[in-house]
Amino acid sequence: MRQRVEKILEKYPAAVYRNRKQHILVKTPETEDLTIQANTRTVPGIITNRGCCYAGCKGVVLGPLRDVVHIVHGPIGCSYYTWGVRRHKGVIKEGEQNLLSYCFSTDMQEGDIVFGGVNKLRQAVKEAYEIFKPEAITICATCPIGLIGDDIDAVAKEAQKLYNIPVLAFHCEGYKGVSQSAGHHIANNGLMKNVIGTAEREASKYSINILGEYNIGGDAWEVERVLYKIGYEIVSMMTGNGTFKDLKSAHKANLNLVQCHRSINYIADMLKKKYGTDWLKINFIGVQSTVKSLRDMAKYFGDEELIKRTEEVIEEELSYVLPILEEYKKKLKGKTAMLFVGGSRAHHYQNLFKDIGMETVLAGYEFAHRDDYEGREVLPFIKEDADSKNIEELQVEPDPKHYRLFLSKEKFEELKNEIPINYYAGMIKEMKDGSIIVDDLNHYETEEFIKLLKPDIFCSGIKDKYIAHKMGVFSKQLHSYDYGGPYAGFRGAINFAKDVANGILAPAWKLVTPPWKNEPILEGQYTWLFEEEDK
Amino acid sequence: MWDYTPKEMIERKSLVINPAKTCQPIGAMYAALGIHKCLPHSHGSQGCCSYHRMHLTRHFRDPIMASTSSFTEGASVFGGASNLKSAIKNIFTVYDPDVIAIHTTCLSETIGDDIPTIISQCEIPEGKYVIHANTPSYVGSHITGFSNMVTSMVKYFSKKLGYDNGNVNIIPGFVNPSDMRELKRIMDLMGVKCIMFPDTSGNLDSPLTGKYEMFPKGGTQIPDLIDTGNSMATIALGKFASEAASIELERKCKVPAYTLKMPLGLKATDEFIMLLSKLTGNTIPYELEEERGQLVDIMVDCNHHYHGKTVAIFGDPDIVIALTEFVLSLGMIPKYVLTGTPGEAFESQIKEMLFEAEVDGKVKSYGDLFTLQQWIKNEKVDLIIGNSYGKYLSRAEDIPLVRIGFPILDRPVQTYLPIVGYKGAMRVIEMITNALLDRKDRDDLDQDFELVL
Repeated sequence: MRQRVEKILEKYPAAVYRNRKQHILVKTPETEDLTIQANTRTVPGIITNRGCCYAGCKGVVLGPLRDVVHIVHGPIGCSYYTWGVRRHKGVIKEGEQNLLSYCFSTDMQEGDIVFGGVNKLRQAVKEAYEIFKPEAITICATCPIGLIGDDIDAVAKEAQKLYNIPVLAFHCEGYKGVSQSAGHHIANNGLMKNVIGTAEREASKYSINILGEYNIGGDAWEVERVLYKIGYEIVSMMTGNGTFKDLKSAHKANLNLVQCHRSINYIADMLKKKYGTDWLKINFIGVQSTVKSLRDMAKYFGDEELIKRTEEVIEEELSYVLPILEEYKKKLKGKTAMLFVGGSRAHHYQNLFKDIGMETVLAGYEFAHRDDYEGREVLPFIKEDADSKNIEELQVEPDPKHYRLFLSKEKFEELKNEIPINYYAGMIKEMKDGSIIVDDLNHYETEEFIKLLKPDIFCSGIKDKYIAHKMGVFSKQLHSYDYGGPYAGFRGAINFAKDVANGILAPAWKLVTPPWKNEPILEGQYTWLFEEEDK
Repeated sequence: MWDYTPKEMIERKSLVINPAKTCQPIGAMYAALGIHKCLPHSHGSQGCCSYHRMHLTRHFRDPIMASTSSFTEGASVFGGASNLKSAIKNIFTVYDPDVIAIHTTCLSETIGDDIPTIISQCEIPEGKYVIHANTPSYVGSHITGFSNMVTSMVKYFSKKLGYDNGNVNIIPGFVNPSDMRELKRIMDLMGVKCIMFPDTSGNLDSPLTGKYEMFPKGGTQIPDLIDTGNSMATIALGKFASEAASIELERKCKVPAYTLKMPLGLKATDEFIMLLSKLTGNTIPYELEEERGQLVDIMVDCNHHYHGKTVAIFGDPDIVIALTEFVLSLGMIPKYVLTGTPGEAFESQIKEMLFEAEVDGKVKSYGDLFTLQQWIKNEKVDLIIGNSYGKYLSRAEDIPLVRIGFPILDRPVQTYLPIVGYKGAMRVIEMITNALLDRKDRDDLDQDFELVL
């Protein structure tokens, strides 16, 4: 397989070849300590799926907070493209606002770029406050703002005083870092510095935060349903259908669950350092992963009653879900998938595919770091480069008032070998020998790997989707779920199985080749017969 | 949804809420996709290119290929020349397009990268081209970007070689591939040889064959782009998206330029066909007269469904201007007409139409959907015509929406069916009538619910 991969790479100019080679792995039993290059610069001109820092900050982490006016400071485009396209659903609760369907921009004009946009921003914040009276306002800077040096911090500070609501500024100019990953980090820092820990509300014993769950297609609601049924209290959801209001008390929860490791592990880490709250790497995508995650959670809290209740709920859910999945399994067994999505999904969805009898032959992330592939044990060995140094690393100290440990030292030592507390093992370990791992898969490689591996499904985003289709391979978006979902938890697995089966088994795939290209033309046959007779 | 928009009109000086436009580069990217074997290239940080590809892909439901200079902080400080140079080299080696069409972003514009100089320092393979357009996002809108890239096609390619090729150049504007196909069909019926640029038909509505073609069969051919300098005339369809390129061609190669409305609706199509006839001396064939007669027949047959109904229209200026004229000819009342693209010409042209029709309507260029919603809150309309973002407005104010324009993200097949020409006008009437009738069927009391309408 490695030779075939080499063959694909041969087309590249020398510098591109050297670069891309390090981002592609073939897993074999001999290659135990697999190292992959990740979170490095994209090669200019090579068609990538990656986005920018702003996309990670506003588009991913901040955008789903629904009681906030998110003002994008810059020309119109950036705000426009994060408007309603990411499907982080939100539902209004009494006394709260849901501003998700609105789009706010300072729409910088040429004069503002020349003379500075501070006055325009100041006025925009005023107008937003007067019209909407939101819980909070965020300001996200786009590329030109950093260059012209608008002091968005000063505007935020002044507005916060004037209107007596939190106004937060995020320096998430698109050019920062090498992908949207930088923006996640910047958003995490901002929330940690200015929001979490600013309000007090008592939380119950089984209280949790869910980190890195963005409620695409309603995923968070399925997860909530199951957790409430067991008896957990969700203090805050970060950030799908989340609110600024709930985030403030996130430090009061007893455990943090981490779903998307890449986008939010910073908050998980900082909450551990500042408040002592442990985090648990869970995965609510796929039936077996959900079962495992629920059991790990019960183990963490260690309460007999909770463990019993967890098992009851698992049994109840499985008895409903498994027979249905079994039907889909019959249709899908042995089929293969290629996954290129996000900073955790290419891992999580492999488990869901297993549940329906499918195997993943290639997986990769757009904007992950090495630890997402290889596990957090490689953290000390990741070399810092100029691009990552530009992103602030927040130094947090234990909070004298709120720092507390839920587990005793002994209990922690005992549990950490059983469940992934404060640890993520990465994607590669769970993958089968022979499978391929590609970081920042680009268009050329997508085409070549589809030709090589001939998967039954290619899961990626909208930019790749129709390329696969033209090649005769069903493609499903795992960013926006093709407007289906939820796919998380127990019931979500059924939705997923149904959508995958419908896509792969669409009658249209059999109609791609016109009949006249396969069936011999009648006249041709006769001619041949006549020729035979002549002999 | 959009429940927090107050009825009281509040003057806003700075905050745009729910925009009715987007930025220049996406228009430039779309235009470049209308050249055969062309790869659009976005000079700036990655996000822009990613967002533009995403948005265009969602509208066309077809692969949209484009590359980026992938700026990081270093490039933003020291300039993007080295990124662009290595990008050009990599693009020709890996993807082998005939043309790279570079457009800038607000980042590369702000730092002032001099694209022609950078291009001149690159080694461009024999027979290949690199063209560019400046498309700062803080000027105009996606329509401006489209216009700028089309103008660049003229600047880079058009050549006057001193003979008359007998062609008419057509600049179709920011419309769907289906519209470009329909325009070509009309010209074929008219017996007019034409060079259409850009032409995304065949590129963004390519067939599913089981084999992916990075550069499908469609698009304006380079020799034809060069030959535009030897045509008898250029017809620019739409002042905002197309006129600038036609004027540039007139200046550069002395090809007479004519600007018409986008041929959407009966009158605008008449004007288009008559100009073609005048320029070429060709007679108008019966097929077109027949189509026109069918359209008039439909307009009479359906008149009672829409006559006197009020409508709010928003979208890109060339489409909105033509639509306004068309709905007026249907006897409808365009109460609110709005575009996000700045431009006084838009307001004056619409105002003139409304004045002539004695309609008291509100008009705004450089407006947003928040303003439109506030207008509607103060006085309702029967119908909204606009792109998919109008669905929030439609839901909040409980008014049916007809989806016309860019982008349409939530309804399939529309990029395969034209809205221009007589046939397109029939389709627009069908959409308007059905939206109103579906609404009536939904709202009618049992005793008023009827089989035949």
